[in-house]
Amino acid sequence: MGLEIAFWILAAIIVAAAISVVVLRNVFRAALALILCFLAVAGIYVTLSADFLAAAQILIYVGGISVLIILAIMLTRDVQQGSPSNRLRVPAFLIALAFFGIMAYTLINTVWPVSTASPVAPTTQTIASQLLGEGGYILPLEIAGVLLLAAILGAIVLVREK
Amino acid sequence: MPISLQHYLILSAILFSIGLYGALAKRNIIIILMSIELMLNAVNIAMVAFSRFVTPVLLTGQIFAIFVIVVAAAEAAVGLAILIALYRNRETIESTKIDLMKW
Repeated sequence: MGLEIAFWILAAIIVAAAISVVVLRNVFRAALALILCFLAVAGIYVTLSADFLAAAQILIYVGGISVLIILAIMLTRDVQQGSPSNRLRVPAFLIALAFFGIMAYTLINTVWPVSTASPVAPTTQTIASQLLGEGGYILPLEIAGVLLLAAILGAIVLVREK
Repeated sequence: MPISLQHYLILSAILFSIGLYGALAKRNIIIILMSIELMLNAVNIAMVAFSRFVTPVLLTGQIFAIFVIVVAAAEAAVGLAILIALYRNRETIESTKIDLMKW
C-alpha cells in the first residue's frame, strides 16, 4: 500500500517537473525543475528496490550533471532571453503525442513474462558479480572507463582558452 | 490496484514523450540537452522496471541502466563543452542561428 502511494506521488512529481522543463521560459528555473525530476526518478528506483542505482542517480545526476548544466547556463548568459520554441512546435507536439499513443498501445497490449521471484536486497553484490564476475560485463565496463577518459579529455580540449 | 510493470512503462513513455517534444521544439541548446537527459532517464526507468519485474534475480536491466548513466554523463560533459565553445565563437546558443552548414 505504501509502495503504491509512493509510486503515484513520485510519478506526479516526475511528470509535472518534466513538463515544467519544456514549458518554463526561464532557463535557470527549467534546470531546477530538471533537478527535481532527477530526484523523483531516484525515488522511483527505490520503489523498484534498486538501491545502488538510486544512490548512483543522486550522485551522478543530482550532484554532477545538474552542476554542469547550471554552470553552462551561467557561462552563456542567455537566461534573460528565455527558451522560446522554434517554428516546429506544433508538429513536434503531434509527433510526441503520436509516439506516446503508439507506445502506450503496445505496452498495454503486450503480455510481459513477469517473474514472481522476490527482488534481491541489497543489490550491490549481484551487480558487482555481474559487472566483474566471470561471464559478466567486464569488457563493457572497461570500455566505459575508456569512454569516460575520452569524454574528459574532449571536454578539456573543447573549452580550453587558445 | 497493485502497481504493475505497465504502470512504470507508461510513466517511462510519458517522460520520453515530454523529452522528445522538448528536444524537437526548443531553440535553446541547453534546454535541448536537458530534454535529452529526460529521455535517457525515461529509458532508465523502463530498464529498472524490467529488471525488477522480469529478471529480478539476474538484475540485467540495472547493469544496462548503469551503462546508460555512464554514457549520459559523458554526453553531458562533451555536449556542454561544445556549447561553451560555440558561445565563445558565435555569441549565441540558439539552434536556429547556428546554421553555418545549412544548405
